[in-house]
Amino acid sequence: MGESNNTIKRTKYLNPYLGGVLLGLVLLAANFVSGRGLGASGAIKSGVVTVVTAVNPASVENSGFVKEYRESHTGNPMKTWLVFEMLGVLVGGFISGIFAGRLKLKVEHSPKITSNKRLTLALGGGVLFGFGSQLGRGCTSGSALSGMAVLSLGGFITMMAIFGTAFAFAYFFRKNWI
Amino acid sequence: MGPLSVNELISENTNLFLAFVIGTAFGFVLESSGFSSSRKLAGVFYGYDMVVLKVFFTGAITAMLGLLFFSLFGWVDLDLVYVNPTYLTSAIVGGIIMGLGFIMGGYCPGTSFCGASIGKIDAMVFIIGLFLGVSLFGAGYDWWEKMYLAKFLGSPKISESLGLSDGVFALLLILVALGMFWAAEWAEKKFPREEY
Repeated sequence: MGESNNTIKRTKYLNPYLGGVLLGLVLLAANFVSGRGLGASGAIKSGVVTVVTAVNPASVENSGFVKEYRESHTGNPMKTWLVFEMLGVLVGGFISGIFAGRLKLKVEHSPKITSNKRLTLALGGGVLFGFGSQLGRGCTSGSALSGMAVLSLGGFITMMAIFGTAFAFAYFFRKNWI
Repeated sequence: MGPLSVNELISENTNLFLAFVIGTAFGFVLESSGFSSSRKLAGVFYGYDMVVLKVFFTGAITAMLGLLFFSLFGWVDLDLVYVNPTYLTSAIVGGIIMGLGFIMGGYCPGTSFCGASIGKIDAMVFIIGLFLGVSLFGAGYDWWEKMYLAKFLGSPKISESLGLSDGVFALLLILVALGMFWAAEWAEKKFPREEY
């Protein structure tokens, strides 16, 4: 028992309700400063649009996806709010990792599966999440969390669809986590 | 007064710099709360670790209340704050696909960057997947454009849709969240496990 208490102590995280209040204050600051919420998938979209446009300049004319992006965004897609915010996320996470002593290269997975299986599922999950975030106009941050804070109907619907689906399929993926 | 950048009280470059500062705080809070661990995140779907539910709903409620009070005090003009538009079909279908990605990959886009920042290789692979998924959506855009644009409802607030004032809806949401927090504490006692 003593040893397991030590283990818990070493990996101690912030109290979740305090973490939630701080997260809410960060989101409030984003809305107060910039009139918009937090986000993540939008920065990935900026990256994809930049690469596609560089590789194939004609895509500005013949890709509906790039065209749609360019119509709603002017200027360099990498010089946008979400790209700078996500660079900050990398820095902020890294700083917290230093303080907590959690910096470590590793594949995290249940002892019931191999690293390779974990990585294959992570890749597949990423593809699905990336695709879904475009269809849903934002991910858990941009659509669900930020949408809920401004009482957006779509934000609440997307939040329920994300968590409801994951919960419904949890049984089939239980070996990967427990 | 607020939002500062929309009211042109700060320049575009200051806005981008503050985006970086806000992102740094975002990443720091996510990592400190344990959102860099996929097994901790996935716990919410099995009851052994409800940190996602607690942090997520406390965060949403704090920001929502903050905005309502800021608006009441005249500190922020809510008409200038971006409200996500509602395209009913894609909100649901996109959410379902994201939910599958979540239980399969263990991360969402924001948390995967957070995990990658402290060296989680599974998070880095998840991010590669994100780029592939967004590219796939872009490559086949013409095929799903109709679904992407279907059932556009404008940018309604959920309070309006339910016929409630913002304040009453906020109060109901807080009561629902308190009920969920109570259930979350119960679940963690029922399905105990070591800390990841």
